Amino acid sequence: MALVETVPPPAAVIIEKPVGKTPWARVKPMVLALIVPALLLAFWHVATTQRWTRLIPTPYEVGEYMIDFAVGGIYDDAFSGTLLTHLFASMGRVYGGFALAALFALPLGLMIGRIPTARMVLDPFLQVMRPIPVTAWLPLSMILFGLGPRSAFALVCLGAFYPILLNTVFGVRSVDPKLFEAASMLGCQGNAQFYKVVLPAALPSIFTGLRLGLGLAWFVIVVGEMTGVPQGLGAVIMDGRTLSRTELVICGMIIIGIAGYISDRIVVMIGNRLLAWSPTHHG
Amino acid sequence: MAESKTPIIEIKQVSKVFKLQDQTINALHDANISIRKGEFVCLIGASGCGKSTLLRIIAGFEEPTTGEALMWGSPIKGPDPTRGMVFQDYALFPWLSVRDNIGFGPTSRGLGRALVKETVDKFIDLVGLAKFANAYPHQLSGGMKQRVAIARVLANDAEVVLMDEPFGALDAMTRERLQDELLDIWQRTGLTVVFVTHSIEEAIFLADRVVVMTPGPGRIESDNPLLLQRPRDVASPEFNDIRRVMSAKLHSHHGKKAA
Ligand SMILES: Nc1ncnc2c1ncn2[C@@H]1O[C@H](COP(=O)(O)OP(=O)(O)O)[C@@H](O)[C@H]1O
Ligand SMILES: [Mg+2]
Repeated sequence: MALVETVPPPAAVIIEKPVGKTPWARVKPMVLALIVPALLLAFWHVATTQRWTRLIPTPYEVGEYMIDFAVGGIYDDAFSGTLLTHLFASMGRVYGGFALAALFALPLGLMIGRIPTARMVLDPFLQVMRPIPVTAWLPLSMILFGLGPRSAFALVCLGAFYPILLNTVFGVRSVDPKLFEAASMLGCQGNAQFYKVVLPAALPSIFTGLRLGLGLAWFVIVVGEMTGVPQGLGAVIMDGRTLSRTELVICGMIIIGIAGYISDRIVVMIGNRLLAWSPTHHG
Repeated sequence: MAESKTPIIEIKQVSKVFKLQDQTINALHDANISIRKGEFVCLIGASGCGKSTLLRIIAGFEEPTTGEALMWGSPIKGPDPTRGMVFQDYALFPWLSVRDNIGFGPTSRGLGRALVKETVDKFIDLVGLAKFANAYPHQLSGGMKQRVAIARVLANDAEVVLMDEPFGALDAMTRERLQDELLDIWQRTGLTVVFVTHSIEEAIFLADRVVVMTPGPGRIESDNPLLLQRPRDVASPEFNDIRRVMSAKLHSHHGKKAA
């Protein structure tokens, strides 16, 4: 049959990423990415060793302190060797708060996106609540949950909630209407369309929401841990400030940055794998 | 032809009015068509004359404001796998591979896994996409996407295939190739095809009957059986004679309006 061999050769080319890169091409992104941090580090070094400022310790001192903070054995003070304790305390709150936020925001977002009545009931309320910054919730959260980890957890949860909700609603509402028609003429009608059309079509948006939500959770953790928790990276930073130990503050900041970054990369990797079908979704 | 049989599709005095906030649009006015099983019917006319509306009423996506749309004598109520639509912009599911797009209908209708696979394999081969079974739509050319869209409705046992300017977005070479393939499938399967186009040449190349529509309000101007032998040669004198006649029919309306 003529039909079988009719794939036109030029059209048949699947777009592929070029293989066989040169070694330079492979390391180039990393080199370029390191330029700004290296310059900053150099400036920091010069500024502190040349005594332009005495408010900040030198990179060397911070590095040394970081080692002590991580494994101890240099200063042996209250913070020596406690990095993992604080990191895990913060991670517990970040992922716990994030998971709780997702647990509420995803079903709520799907409902608001799909059910007009739910949208009319909930949307105005949520729109008014949304501009209230997480920091403004801090006092109320302390009154409600007391000084401690529960308050931090609640704030992280609140911070992650809106990006997940809004992106889920957006994803659900912007499904191409043609896809519903296509599904129904193929025999997939009614509620089945929710699982077979709405959910997969909204997945890229939902994923963007989860990624932003997790980023915000890391962002909010310091504020959350300012509420008088004994452990956590935010607590370390606040303690460092109270004790005028700037190297401690800087160590805390660097660790939050790196932990947040690694966490984001993992999410992006999962996304790239899950959303390989989506031409616009490559983090 | 068997005139005695019930037509597969019958449109009786169908009108469609769209009401917007500040205006009403008579998209279709008193349309009548009867299509026999196995016919290849082309709808042709200027844009806005109600071609898509008529097709969408047959598909069951829209209800007539007045009049009746029937399949095998019973009213069309909503979309159904027996009437498959091929959209101009493909409307493939971007998250499904070629294989799963074609398997979407059979799976939705609850066929067993083995039967779905068998059906999908058959129709992937039919449209020549075996090598791309696992590709996603965004990795395919327009022509290949439209092949998937055709295979998708055929795999779902459609008796009537409704095509709304399916090749309008494709380059000339790909379009001609797909026209040939479509005719080949149609001749081998006994499908009924309703095909919207605004190319006179495409209509004459493909159709048993060319239905000419005119706008303002959208109505059926004439219904023209083509007695041209297949395979048709677009360069033949007969083809060109018909083209001239059809062209006059299409443009007479514009002439009236301008005058
Ligand atoms: N869903 C709709 N709502 C309002 N007006 C519509 C709708 N669909 C089509 N129309 C109008 O109906 C008329 C016929 O449209 P259509 O059937 O798409 O024409 P064609 O496919 O021949 O270009 C046009 O004026 C169009 O704007
Ligand atoms: Mg149209």
